Amino acid sequence: MWWYTCKRLLQGLVTVWFIATATFIGMHNVPGDPLSGERATNAAIRANLEARYGLDRPVTEQYFIYMGNMLRGDFGISYTQQNREVNDIIREHFPVSATLGILAVMFAALGGILWGALTALYRNRLPDYIIMFLVILGISVPSFVFAALGQLGLVNLNSLTGVSILPVAGWGTVSHMLLPAMVLGLGTMAYMTRLMRSSMLEVMSSDYIRTARAKGLSPTRIFTRHQLRNAVLPVITVLGPAIAAITTGGFVVELVFAIPGLGRYFVQAVQQLDYTVIMGTTVFYGAFLVFMVILVDLVYGWIDPRVRLQ
Amino acid sequence: MENNPIIRRLRPADFETLTGRSSAPALVRPSRSYWQDAWGRLKANKRAIVSLFIIIGLLVFTFIGPLVWRVNPSLQDIDQISIAPGADRRAVIVEPFVAWDGISGITSSEDADLWLAEAPTTQSVRLKWRTVPGAEGYRIYRNIYEPQDEFSLGLPLITINNANLNYYEDRLDLSPQTYYYSVAEINDLGQLTGDYETVSADVQRVITVHEASQRNLVDDPSTLRPGDDVLLSWHPLGTDYLGRDMLARLMAGARVSLFIGLLAPLFFVAFGVLYGATSGFVGGRVDAMMMRFADFVVALPFLLFMILFQVVFGIGPGESGILPMLVALIILSWPATARLVRGQILQIREEAYVSAARLLGASSQYLILRHMIPNTLGVILVTLTFAVPAAIFTEAFLSFIGMGVAPPTASWGSMCNEGLKTMLTHPHELIFPAVMISITVLAFNLLGDGLRDALDAKMRSTE
Repeated sequence: MWWYTCKRLLQGLVTVWFIATATFIGMHNVPGDPLSGERATNAAIRANLEARYGLDRPVTEQYFIYMGNMLRGDFGISYTQQNREVNDIIREHFPVSATLGILAVMFAALGGILWGALTALYRNRLPDYIIMFLVILGISVPSFVFAALGQLGLVNLNSLTGVSILPVAGWGTVSHMLLPAMVLGLGTMAYMTRLMRSSMLEVMSSDYIRTARAKGLSPTRIFTRHQLRNAVLPVITVLGPAIAAITTGGFVVELVFAIPGLGRYFVQAVQQLDYTVIMGTTVFYGAFLVFMVILVDLVYGWIDPRVRLQ
Repeated sequence: MENNPIIRRLRPADFETLTGRSSAPALVRPSRSYWQDAWGRLKANKRAIVSLFIIIGLLVFTFIGPLVWRVNPSLQDIDQISIAPGADRRAVIVEPFVAWDGISGITSSEDADLWLAEAPTTQSVRLKWRTVPGAEGYRIYRNIYEPQDEFSLGLPLITINNANLNYYEDRLDLSPQTYYYSVAEINDLGQLTGDYETVSADVQRVITVHEASQRNLVDDPSTLRPGDDVLLSWHPLGTDYLGRDMLARLMAGARVSLFIGLLAPLFFVAFGVLYGATSGFVGGRVDAMMMRFADFVVALPFLLFMILFQVVFGIGPGESGILPMLVALIILSWPATARLVRGQILQIREEAYVSAARLLGASSQYLILRHMIPNTLGVILVTLTFAVPAAIFTEAFLSFIGMGVAPPTASWGSMCNEGLKTMLTHPHELIFPAVMISITVLAFNLLGDGLRDALDAKMRSTE
């Protein structure tokens, strides 16, 4: 297990290094440079500015400076918001995204397990058909459509009842978080429901369930102790990709609901070509996603010893 | 073999040619190939067949639609901005616009403090009010909802710092709907005193003879007289916030979405098959290295790299973002197929029927053509079908955040993004592209489910 953990972490570090390097090379190849603005600068001023920002040095040296800064956790200063460090932006806005993401993952996982188990128990009966239809819908509709339609629905609901049931946009209280988290988790929940259903059906037809039933255990005990616990395992494996999907889905949900999360800043930076913010947040997000997937894999190995043996 | 006593003892003479009919059971049903069998199973799956028809319909919509509906998707119809589908498209012919001196029209009113001097049209709305003694000036507001109090008067049009002025003409971006105009009294600091009057105006769509002839709405403009009705151009699904035809834009957007959605999977699945098959065939150290590289590509955060790629290569007007998106999708998506195909090849290589064929003297070429390809083709086809909605999703996502095609080119994702801004007042601009994306993805997903059930017994979902 220790060897496996070390190997995975090392692989993760290599991936993050690659992301950082690719970001550097990519940003260097963007046409134009930070100093070419609308006003023409004369050659002397330009040379001075380049020297000031280290842009006159060879690309390899710039690369080592960039990597050194990144290792020290210094992502530089935003281009469009001159007084803000990229670090500050991440520190200030990532907790918002993380709160939203954690809520969404919880909503997706709990909902997926619940609905999946329910459809398996009611297999080929009305509840199964209804939920599976909704699941296919949930997989097929993009999160930004859910976000927009959810907001539209809420506006109409609020104006119909005359009272503000939930706020339509913004951030601050728990009531602000509910709808965005649900919308964000919906696609993943649909996917997890599907997975849970097939895993549950597989467990239900296995020998040890028959044994348990033959022993005379009560259906509730069989369901909670034998079926649910075994069927949940595959759902945990997709938690890694689910976190990735919810993190990137957060970009658009934050945009639609005007939530001051890092995702919205990232999209804004991309639209405004705020190079330092793009570089910083890409590397940050990349590292976050890579290590989240590794973490989920390690947790899975800890829960299910069979994986460790492979 | 040579030491086996039985084999050594047997001679050709020991065998006797079989005569008469064999007692083997006759085949009652006709022999069916794998593909005939799969097609039969697919046909029995209603959802898959319906999806197949939807996909065919979408292709017709995308490729034949623009031949039937020949409206330029970038053309702006400034008379009909953000109109809903099936909206009234009548317009009344009026005289060309003449500036208003504030004197003509209904100059006084007995029962109201604020009134419309003339019938409100899209050309102009002319307001007149009774001056308030002691007021320092007025501020004019316009709203599309009825104001409830002095804080919901709407869009401030102008501030008039002259207490004696008693008329205003609004020509700002009028569309045929009901507006609520409010004239509020302001004090010497320019603040509202809380005293205001509201009047509603049902604006009628009008057009001048010159405009009608310029837009080819009638054959012979010389016969038009003020007061005549003309029909503006027809938009079956309405127009967007710039007055562009929604149907034409949906067709143009479908071209972009399906181009990415069909071409990218085709390329990356093909590359994945080649890569995976090579890796599986060669085996050994090369296989381990190739798979290590595939694992590395899988570990990269997908959408993050797509965005990065678009930032570096995809910026420019119009459709310039499509090609980088295609390339990035291919670069990042092939490993899943490669892994799958490699697994299949390794598995099939060990199958008993392959060993049997080899024992019968089959060549490698025969094995590949007869056993490897037909047995992996099903899995590849299923992967391909599921890759299409994933690619369409990615395109829509990137276009939605503004990293796909640039205006004026339409794609379903960018149309959703534009529709979001006018969602509350004109929901059709968001709903149509959103429904198109959802239906397309749904159809490909259901077809993929059906194909998987029909083609691959092992992957069949437990239903």
